[in-house]
Amino acid sequence: MPYISNTDKERKEMLATIGVSKFDDLLVNIPNKFLLQKDCCLEHAYSELEISRQISRLASKNISSAQANSFLGGGIYDHFIPAAIDHVLLKPEFHSAYTPYQAEVSQGTLQYIYEYQTMICDLTGMEISNAGMYDGASAAAEAILMATRKTKKLKAVLAGTINPLYLEVIKTYTVGVGIELVIVPTKNGLIDLDELKNAVDDETSCVLLQTPNFFGNIENAFAVEEITHSTKKALFIVAVDPISLAVINAPSEYKADIVVGEGQALGNAQNFGGPLFGFLAANLKLSRTMPGRIVGATLDADGKRSYALTLQAREQHIRRAKATSNICSNQALCNLAATVYMTLMGRAGLKEAATQSTTKAHYLAEKISKLEGFELAFTAPFFKEFTINTPKPAKDIINEMRSKNIFPGIDLKQFGHENMLLIAVTEKKRKCDLDELVKSLQEVYNG
Amino acid sequence: MASTIFEKHSPGRKGYTLPDNDVDIKLENCIPTEFSRKEDARLPEVSELDVMRHFLELAQMNHCIEKGFYPLGSCTMKYNPKINETLARNHSFNNLHPFQDENSVQGALEILYDLQEALAEISGFAKVTLQPVAGAHGEFTGLKVMKAYHDSKGHANKKKIILPDSAHGTNPASVVLAGFEVVEIKSNDKGLVDIDDLRAHVDENTAGFMLTNPNTLGLFETQVEEISEIVHSVDGLMYMDGANFNAILGIVKPGEMGFDIMHYNLHKTFATPHGGGGPGSGPIGVRTDLAKFLPTPMIDKYDEKYFLDYSHEETSLGKVHSFFGNFAVNLRAYIYIKMLGTKGLRRISENAVINANYIQKKLEKYYDIPYKDQYCMHEFVASGVWQKEKYGISTLDIAKRILDKGFHAPTIYFPLIVPEAMMIEPTETESMETLDDFITAMIDIAKECEEHPELLTGAPQNTPVKRVDDTLAVRQLNVKFEW
Repeated sequence: MPYISNTDKERKEMLATIGVSKFDDLLVNIPNKFLLQKDCCLEHAYSELEISRQISRLASKNISSAQANSFLGGGIYDHFIPAAIDHVLLKPEFHSAYTPYQAEVSQGTLQYIYEYQTMICDLTGMEISNAGMYDGASAAAEAILMATRKTKKLKAVLAGTINPLYLEVIKTYTVGVGIELVIVPTKNGLIDLDELKNAVDDETSCVLLQTPNFFGNIENAFAVEEITHSTKKALFIVAVDPISLAVINAPSEYKADIVVGEGQALGNAQNFGGPLFGFLAANLKLSRTMPGRIVGATLDADGKRSYALTLQAREQHIRRAKATSNICSNQALCNLAATVYMTLMGRAGLKEAATQSTTKAHYLAEKISKLEGFELAFTAPFFKEFTINTPKPAKDIINEMRSKNIFPGIDLKQFGHENMLLIAVTEKKRKCDLDELVKSLQEVYNG
Repeated sequence: MASTIFEKHSPGRKGYTLPDNDVDIKLENCIPTEFSRKEDARLPEVSELDVMRHFLELAQMNHCIEKGFYPLGSCTMKYNPKINETLARNHSFNNLHPFQDENSVQGALEILYDLQEALAEISGFAKVTLQPVAGAHGEFTGLKVMKAYHDSKGHANKKKIILPDSAHGTNPASVVLAGFEVVEIKSNDKGLVDIDDLRAHVDENTAGFMLTNPNTLGLFETQVEEISEIVHSVDGLMYMDGANFNAILGIVKPGEMGFDIMHYNLHKTFATPHGGGGPGSGPIGVRTDLAKFLPTPMIDKYDEKYFLDYSHEETSLGKVHSFFGNFAVNLRAYIYIKMLGTKGLRRISENAVINANYIQKKLEKYYDIPYKDQYCMHEFVASGVWQKEKYGISTLDIAKRILDKGFHAPTIYFPLIVPEAMMIEPTETESMETLDDFITAMIDIAKECEEHPELLTGAPQNTPVKRVDDTLAVRQLNVKFEW
């Protein structure tokens, strides 16, 4: 039996110390009728060799974006990941430790979370960041709950241009606790500002905007902020792509109150959509309504700088039913990957990644817009992702390109938009990859 | 104390390489000035070597399983096999995008499907979803299943979830998040659910009951059948918090003991790394008639082809995560379960239970163990009340002294019903020698309380930092580095 140290002889010795002759004697509290009479039906125990073969066999049934020319995005992106990150993640001191409750033997975890919080604050321009959430979607949902706690208002207004998967998770978190969601209609791929004006009032707890939005378009967050803060209490929540913040306004520039987003793009692999991590940052006055862990700097008994979990009075292990959230873990290793990523890339590297993603996306968009049968769906400015109208169902295009191992984008029909393809570009794409997609789209049209 | 990475910043230093941009387009022509960032985001500029030294220095300040014993009760800090890490890094898994079409992800879907099936088999439930990414997330999802069930039956009055006073803090917090009200009941003098108190609180408004079994005292809830009869008699549902599942693998199945819903903590029971606090995975299993309420999509199989099943969208509670949960964590759990096989599964719990009872037995003369007249399961709760009463030494002091001896401390001050609690969970992967070393240290500490109390009140001394002032961390809130 792998991973168990004690031998049969040692087991016997231990059982004797305990004062029983056999293991089953320890189960006296379990009613007999529930004790399993036959084994669970699993396979034989695989050896390392066998499981390695099995995983190779299953891996060969996949086609990954490493083997393909992929333009898939929609919240999960194939950005460059420096090799050094994984070497940090694999250190057992990070990998097999747990929640830093015993601060004196967890300073490594606590300090990198503090550094992570600092970088998220620097990126977003906000005053306080927590240690991370499950994903961008749940971070957005918890931000709405935060706004509800703070304002004591129950109407949350959401841009219709947010990621539809976020919307689904938000619904799960808000239904049944009395929160009313109002979805603002979309106009030309952006939030309709006139409709937003009609939707908000003094009963509004918050407005949630995503920029760049689900279609890739950059929203006018300044205008949305003005409308939001024209109400008595409403907080302005914005969901952002962290890479975009190297080139697009910091949310502090347009006076966001809470900033959330999906952090995967910061040094984490796509991993079929998980693990991901959400970030959540806010203004200091909201700190006591925040969910999740927060690390603070403090001193040890010798007066040396050290770190500890702070504001724990918000959390479930102290406040139980009165906690700000039930969240107990963050996605620590994913946050660590992001911290190492931001450290390695630094100010210049993040800007370079963002710039190359943007310019390459615009190169591709321009080429596609000149193709017969295709056009850009919207005229709004965009970052690294854009939407095109296709001359036939996007699904057909995806299917036709399968044999070439090109993933041309996300079919938006699943979200109610016929003949639309959402195309994402990162700095990893070379000009020849972009040209290959253009050529293939043309061939699809020519049929 | 390590300086922060920001103090190592040197303008112009680089830790990355990227190819030159091969398209000739200017950023200014892409993003209008009004939407362009005014000042660059401040991030440190350091070399790759700076980075590796920094994070190695940080790592060395952490305790971890490979460094030493980690008896953190309720957290199941077992060894995390290395093969899982190697195989989970296969490019054909970690470069899969969740929006790829099903044909190109058949291997990934097969793994998820097989894992669902294996968890269902091990626990005795009909259907499993892998979408929740943490134990507390699983609780939330399970409670939403309860909500959907009662809504489907028109039970608008069923607002109350009952749980014992020994429950994890996440339980009541999840209840509130899911839109229910908490009703807390007492434990009896044996540390088990007080059946009379349960009866007194169950009524037509009861939506369900949450129970950890074995409970947070490490004791098996002997009356589980009676409890579930009482709860089911008002059409309430029984939820099992699977935090302590490591105690009963291959011994009993929760689905056969009256539970209707259960969450699994794959990062506890199934050896995926705790990662300093995640990413974990908190799937839930349910009985047959509740399957239609699970999140969309489910992973299903038809004619040897695996697919994402949205067919129950009408009745589903919705989504709790953007995609399919923590795939890469689930992949590790799949590998672990394959390597256990039928026999290995039970062997885990046997050894976990033996290890816990062994420590309990050997410490019973030195520490108050409130429920020592019973065998524990995979963990037990000791109390520092003797030391507190005789020498004024608190459990916090004892915990800090344990750190000095090279071990991680147990979970302390939980469960709340035991004063000065120390919850000790050794797991099956620890050897008898390690347990003996820990036992010796605990006995030494008990003696030190009497002979050298200053060693405890001044602890820890042998750790990277001395005792950390966590009230100062609140009083003078400093949550980001100013640079």
